Amino acid sequence: MKKFERFEGVVAPLDRANVDTDLIIPKQFLKSIKRTGFGVNLFDDLRYLDEGEPGQDCSQRPLNPDFVLNQPRYQNAEVLLTRRNFGCGSSREHAPWALEDFGFKVVIAPSFADIFYNNAFKNGLLLITLSEDEVERLFNEVEAKDGYQLDIDLEQQRIITQRGEILEFEVDEFRKHCLLNGLDDIGITLQDEEAIRAFEQKHKAARPWLFRQTA
Amino acid sequence: MSGQTLYDKLWNQHLVKQRDDGTALIYIDRHMLHEVTSPQAFEGLRLANRKPWRLDANLATTDHNVPTTLEERAQGNSGIKDPVSLIQVQTLDDNCVEYGITEFRINDPRQGIVHVVGPEQGATLPGMTVVCGDSHTATHGAFGALAHGIGTSEVEHVLATQCLLTQKMKNMQVRVEGELGLGVTAKDVVLAIIGKIGTASGTGCAIEFAGSAIESLSMEGRMTVCNMAIEAGARVGMIAVDDTTIDYIGNRPYSPTGEQWEAAVADWRNLVSDPDAKFDNVVTLQAEDIEPQVSWGTSPEMVTGISGQVPDPSAAPDETVQRSHTRALEYMGLQPNQKITDIKLDKIFIGSCTNSRIEDLREAAKVAKGKKVADSIMLAMVVPGSGLVKRQAEEEGLDKIFIEAGFEWREPGCSMCLAMNADKLGAGEHCASTSNRNFEGRQGYGGRTHLVSPAMAAAAAIAGYFVDVRSLPANDATHAQEA
Repeated sequence: MKKFERFEGVVAPLDRANVDTDLIIPKQFLKSIKRTGFGVNLFDDLRYLDEGEPGQDCSQRPLNPDFVLNQPRYQNAEVLLTRRNFGCGSSREHAPWALEDFGFKVVIAPSFADIFYNNAFKNGLLLITLSEDEVERLFNEVEAKDGYQLDIDLEQQRIITQRGEILEFEVDEFRKHCLLNGLDDIGITLQDEEAIRAFEQKHKAARPWLFRQTA
Repeated sequence: MSGQTLYDKLWNQHLVKQRDDGTALIYIDRHMLHEVTSPQAFEGLRLANRKPWRLDANLATTDHNVPTTLEERAQGNSGIKDPVSLIQVQTLDDNCVEYGITEFRINDPRQGIVHVVGPEQGATLPGMTVVCGDSHTATHGAFGALAHGIGTSEVEHVLATQCLLTQKMKNMQVRVEGELGLGVTAKDVVLAIIGKIGTASGTGCAIEFAGSAIESLSMEGRMTVCNMAIEAGARVGMIAVDDTTIDYIGNRPYSPTGEQWEAAVADWRNLVSDPDAKFDNVVTLQAEDIEPQVSWGTSPEMVTGISGQVPDPSAAPDETVQRSHTRALEYMGLQPNQKITDIKLDKIFIGSCTNSRIEDLREAAKVAKGKKVADSIMLAMVVPGSGLVKRQAEEEGLDKIFIEAGFEWREPGCSMCLAMNADKLGAGEHCASTSNRNFEGRQGYGGRTHLVSPAMAAAAAIAGYFVDVRSLPANDATHAQEA
C-alpha cells in the first residue's frame, strides 16, 4: 500500500444520497480475478449510455454528458464529494478498487456504510466524514468555481478550502497510522501470532465442538 | 454492572486482543468462501508466501456465477458459457485444491448459495464467529452466532491469521411484538423494519432481533430476517438461541454429537441477552401493524404495504429525500400515488439467500398449486438455495406444482438476485423478486425490482400484477402461513 501524503486535488461533486456499491461498480465487472483495471467502469451505469461488458474498450462507448465525471471541469478529480450513506449494499471490495483505480484518493460525505468504510481504508482510500452542513457548503463552493480544489492533510486531520477555511475531521488512530505509513494489516496482526495461538488453545479446550472436522 | 447483550457475550468469547487504539483482534471460527470475493485474497496470500492458518475453519462453494438451467449444469463447469465467469469458478476450484480447503463444487448435491449451505450443513453453529466475503453473511446470526460480511482484504486477513481486525459495534435491538397476521411472513417483517428505520440507521451497530413475533419464526424465517440486516445498514443481525435453534441444528453433518452435543447445548442456552442488558438503541414494531410488503423504489427502505401506494415526491420531508424519490420513480417507471396493486409485472424470481429455503418454496408452492402463471408474465423462475433444498422440494412434489403452473424449476445458485450469471432482467422490466436488493441495475441493466415474500411473488405470477395474498381463498393464503 502506498503512503498517504498531503495533497491538493480537484473535487468532483456527486449529488446523490445512498450511492450503493452496485452503482459504484456494477456486478458484471466483479468477474475479474485481479485487483486493478476497474477504474474505466467506475459508475458504469451512470457514466455511459450503453450497457458495459467486462473487457470492453471503453474509449469507444457513448458517454452520458450529464454525468459529473464526464464534464471537462472535473477531469483528473482526486476528491469525490457526495451525500449520506455512501457505499451501502454489498461487501465488494471492487468498489474502493474502482474509485482508486480511477484516481480518487479521498471521498467526503456526511456518512458511509460500514463494510465499505473498512474496505476503503484497507486500500489506502481516505474517507472523510463531515457534517451535513459542511458538505452542503462544499457542494456550493465546488459548483461556484471551476477547478475547485481542496487541500487534504491527514496528518493534521484537516481540510483547507480554497477560501482558507479549515475543516477538521475525525479518523480512527489505527487507520490513520496504517494509511500514513502504507502498512499492511496482516503483517501487523501476525506480530501477535503467539497471542492468537494461545487464544486458540484455550478456545478449543472450552468449546471443542467449534473445531470439529468435516463429517 | 449491567448484564451483557448477546453481542457482548459473543464478542467477549472471541476477543484475542484489545488494542489501545480501539481496534481488536477477534478469533474467527468459520470462514465461508465463494468465487467472487476470494480470488484476489488467495493471490495476496501467494504473493506474500503465506499459508491459511487453519484449514478446517474454511468451507467454500460456487454460487454467484453458476448457471441454473439443467442443460448447462449437466456439463459441469464447462457448461458456463461466459468465459469470464468460468475463470472465476475455476479459480476457486484451483485455489481450494492448492490450499486443501473443502469445497462443494458446481454439481455436488451440497453446493448452493453460501448462506444456505452453511446452516444446512451445521457448519454454522450457535456461539460461532462466522465471516464471508459477502454482505449477507448476517444470515448466520439467526443461530445466535456473530456473523458478518467482510471485504476481500479481510478474507485474506482471516485466511492468514484466523482473526479479524475490527472494532466493537454498538448494540441495537429491534423488537417485533405480537402475532403476525395470516399471510404475513418473515420477509414482510424485515421489509417493514427497514421501511421504518431506513437503510442507514443500523450503521455501526449489531442488531439483535427479538420479541414474540421473532421468537415465533422458524429458523428459515429467522435467517430471512437476519439476512437483510445489512439492508438496514448493520453488518450484524442476530437472534437469541432457543429450542427452535437447537432443534434445527441436531443431526447435521457438521453438528456435534454424543457428549459433545450435550455440552454444546448447555453452553448455547446462555446465548441470549441478559434481562438487564443495555442497548444503545431499541426500536419496537407491532406485528399486527405489518401487512405483506412490496418495495416500489430503488432502495430497500422504499417499501410499503400491499394496500399502500407509491409516494408523491412533492410530499417528501426534505429535499434529499424528494430528489431520491423523484429519481427512483423515474427509474422504476411509476407514477406518484399509483396503487401498489396496479403495478404490472414481467418476470418473477423466487430464490436468493433471503428466500430460497424449503419453507420459502413451500409457501410459494401453496399459492401456485393448481393455478397458471399469467400469460403476460414472460418468465417465472424458482431457484432453490442448494442441491439439498432442491432434492427435498422434489421429494415433496413442489417441483411438479411449479412446473405445472408454468414456472421454470432451476438448479441452485444466486441467479437473478444479482444477475452475475445469465439470469437477468431486461431494461424496463418489472420483477417481483424474493431477493434482498432493489438497487438500480441490480437484476439486470435497467431492470426494475420489487422485493416481496415468496407467497407474494407466487401470487403476483398468477395474477400478472401485485395482489394481497391475504385476499386469496383460504386454502392458499392461510396454508402459506402454516408452513
